[in-house]
Amino acid sequence: MGLGDGLKAITQLPYLGGSQVQTKRGQEQIGARPRRFKLTLATREALWAYAFLLIPLIFYLFLRIWPAFQAFWLSLFSWHVDPAQREFLGAGYYRDMLADSKLHRALTNTLLYAAIIVPAQLVLGLGIALLLNVVTVFRPLFRAIYFAPYVTPAAAVAWVWGWMYSENFGIINNFLIEWSIFWEERGLPWLVIDPQPFLGDPDQALFAVAVVVVWKQLGFQVVIFLAGLQGIPRMYYDAAKIDGANSWSLFRYVTLPLLNPVMAFSVIISTIYALQLFDEVVNINFTDQGGPLNSTLTIALYMYQEAFARFRLGYAAAVVVLLFVLIMIVTLVQLRFFSKRVEY
Amino acid sequence: MKHLVRAMLVAAVLLAGLAAAQVEILYWQYQFDARFDAMEQLIEQFNAENPDIVVRQETFPYDAYQQQVAASLPAGEGPDVVQLFYGWLPTWQRSGYVEPLPAEFFDAAELDATFVPMAQAAKLGGTYYGLPTAVRSLGLFYNKDLLSEAGYDSPPATWDEFIEIAKALTIKRGPRFEQIGWGVAPQGQEHHVIREVLTRQFGTAPYSDDGTEVLYDSEAGIEAFAFYTGLITEHELGVIDFVPGTSGYREGFRSLQNIAMIFDGSFAIGATQNTAEFEWGVTELPVGPSGVKSNFGSFWMNGLTPNALADPAKTEAAAKFLQYVTSPEAMELWLDVVGELPARQALIADPELAADPVFGPFIRSLEYAHATTFVDESAQRAVIMDAVNRVVLEGVDPEASWLQAAAEEQALLDQFAQ
Repeated sequence: MGLGDGLKAITQLPYLGGSQVQTKRGQEQIGARPRRFKLTLATREALWAYAFLLIPLIFYLFLRIWPAFQAFWLSLFSWHVDPAQREFLGAGYYRDMLADSKLHRALTNTLLYAAIIVPAQLVLGLGIALLLNVVTVFRPLFRAIYFAPYVTPAAAVAWVWGWMYSENFGIINNFLIEWSIFWEERGLPWLVIDPQPFLGDPDQALFAVAVVVVWKQLGFQVVIFLAGLQGIPRMYYDAAKIDGANSWSLFRYVTLPLLNPVMAFSVIISTIYALQLFDEVVNINFTDQGGPLNSTLTIALYMYQEAFARFRLGYAAAVVVLLFVLIMIVTLVQLRFFSKRVEY
Repeated sequence: MKHLVRAMLVAAVLLAGLAAAQVEILYWQYQFDARFDAMEQLIEQFNAENPDIVVRQETFPYDAYQQQVAASLPAGEGPDVVQLFYGWLPTWQRSGYVEPLPAEFFDAAELDATFVPMAQAAKLGGTYYGLPTAVRSLGLFYNKDLLSEAGYDSPPATWDEFIEIAKALTIKRGPRFEQIGWGVAPQGQEHHVIREVLTRQFGTAPYSDDGTEVLYDSEAGIEAFAFYTGLITEHELGVIDFVPGTSGYREGFRSLQNIAMIFDGSFAIGATQNTAEFEWGVTELPVGPSGVKSNFGSFWMNGLTPNALADPAKTEAAAKFLQYVTSPEAMELWLDVVGELPARQALIADPELAADPVFGPFIRSLEYAHATTFVDESAQRAVIMDAVNRVVLEGVDPEASWLQAAAEEQALLDQFAQ
């Protein structure tokens, strides 16, 4: 009996099979008694659901979708308090964006942030969740510890990390100095690492900020993956074990495929977060936001600066449209990539 | 019982009538405790003197302030009278956030004669868009205890002395600084020091008189900039962001006492008095190589928004309030409560104030202070800050970096002139 057979046997168990469908049909038959509008119970339930959904839907349309179109509309005009005095520019701002080197820097930075943050969160989040899933003692405590950074305000996180990264006072450089002294004394000078400027160096700053973001957001990923892991029925593992699967096979052929929807969620959420990155960047270098030399600048921050430090709200709206298109493309591609369903 | 009901009705009608006759004015500034308190006191007095007007104050954190203004006015909400940094005026005015002061309440010739010359920067195209309650200049704050420990009884008067003292007060252990003589902060006040102080001291005005052309790309300008970056790279008097945080150079000077000297504005007097637990002093900025003194002057101005011009009664009330908060009495109260210098010539000329050990250096500096004609303060600050960072962090040649800055800033000026 192979691994596949065992799994097939399980999907044929009545619990996952037709019994639920039968109950549903039963309900429909009860609801199918002659009535004035001849609506089945299922249809009426659905109508009620739509009625309740309508309120958040209107709310969402009015506060989210409509402003998004407004932003597109604004991006076609020069900005003025009085709408009558806004000058129509058409695609003018979009042409300006082509020649805006600071925007290009923000764009490449943002993609680089996503390229670092998303895989790091996926791997670390899953890894920690797998370990926590094994731990049975104090699991809630560990979960709380990993989750704590996620609920800490970005400003506080940035402040503490700013000190840790400090070239002259930071704990990380304190460690590097102790480390270097240790190896120098033992005649291994090639292990010496000089103190680093981190946030003060245009070549290091983006990576330093990305580390902070991963650290801060990791707890959320861990909780999502833990929930996903606990949602995988134990019997799959039991069946696979009966078939003689080792722990790698269990992970590769049971855990990973069944976690696919959770992983898709995780990747999409963290990608959107990375593409909209703002809070951590703003707070970690408060006096030169996005600096030094635009090395940590993101599209969202650039949009904010154009809108609220330079009062160029029309151009900022064009940048928002760019960000919107970028997020939409990336998300659609990811959905396509992750949408294969796994069924056993 | 009937009488009582009738009396109550009459009272209600009277109150309603009174309320209808009252004009409400909303005033906005950013949140800073001393400024908020001073304005509350002014509002209380104003409301008492003008029963037909009710002024209300709202404040927002500094970082959210422009955002609040930008979003509220297009929605028809927000302030009637608003406080703004003078360097923001061009961008605010271009988008219609501030209106010219109405001529029937403000006589430009009289304002020219009574306010300090710097207040001209509240004009665009010859029209006043607001008025300051207070003005500020820059000074060199120093830690007297640290200086005297190193054997210096008086603060530096020239740049040479500044270099000598700052060097003596800088302690480096291995690759790291433990204490620095000078809290380098190009993003703080020092982009102004480079622009308006050093360039002039080395022999060039930073901009043409009409403010449309960058002139600091001259030899003197390059020399001035190279002198500034040399203080960091060559003399190692300090490092940027020595103490992390929003304004680490202030914290290092006031609280941690590991920074001996900083350049800061007169607006920092109050906070320094409240925080510093050591002997400190303040002095005029160092004199240039050929004896030239220069300083950067600036101010926050109070202006009227489109809301204030909605109807004549409102315009009159807003104008009255603006006149009141820029009156001599208001300026004296502001000096007492906030510690900022009055913006009227008659008050600045007060010999007692000029002799004050703390206010004196700032008052004397006002005589030779220049207020940069900004078109886009935040973008122009970034240009200078990046020029410094290119040299200090990336090792770019000061001349190349400075010429790039000049080209970038000229592009901003040209963009605005369009």
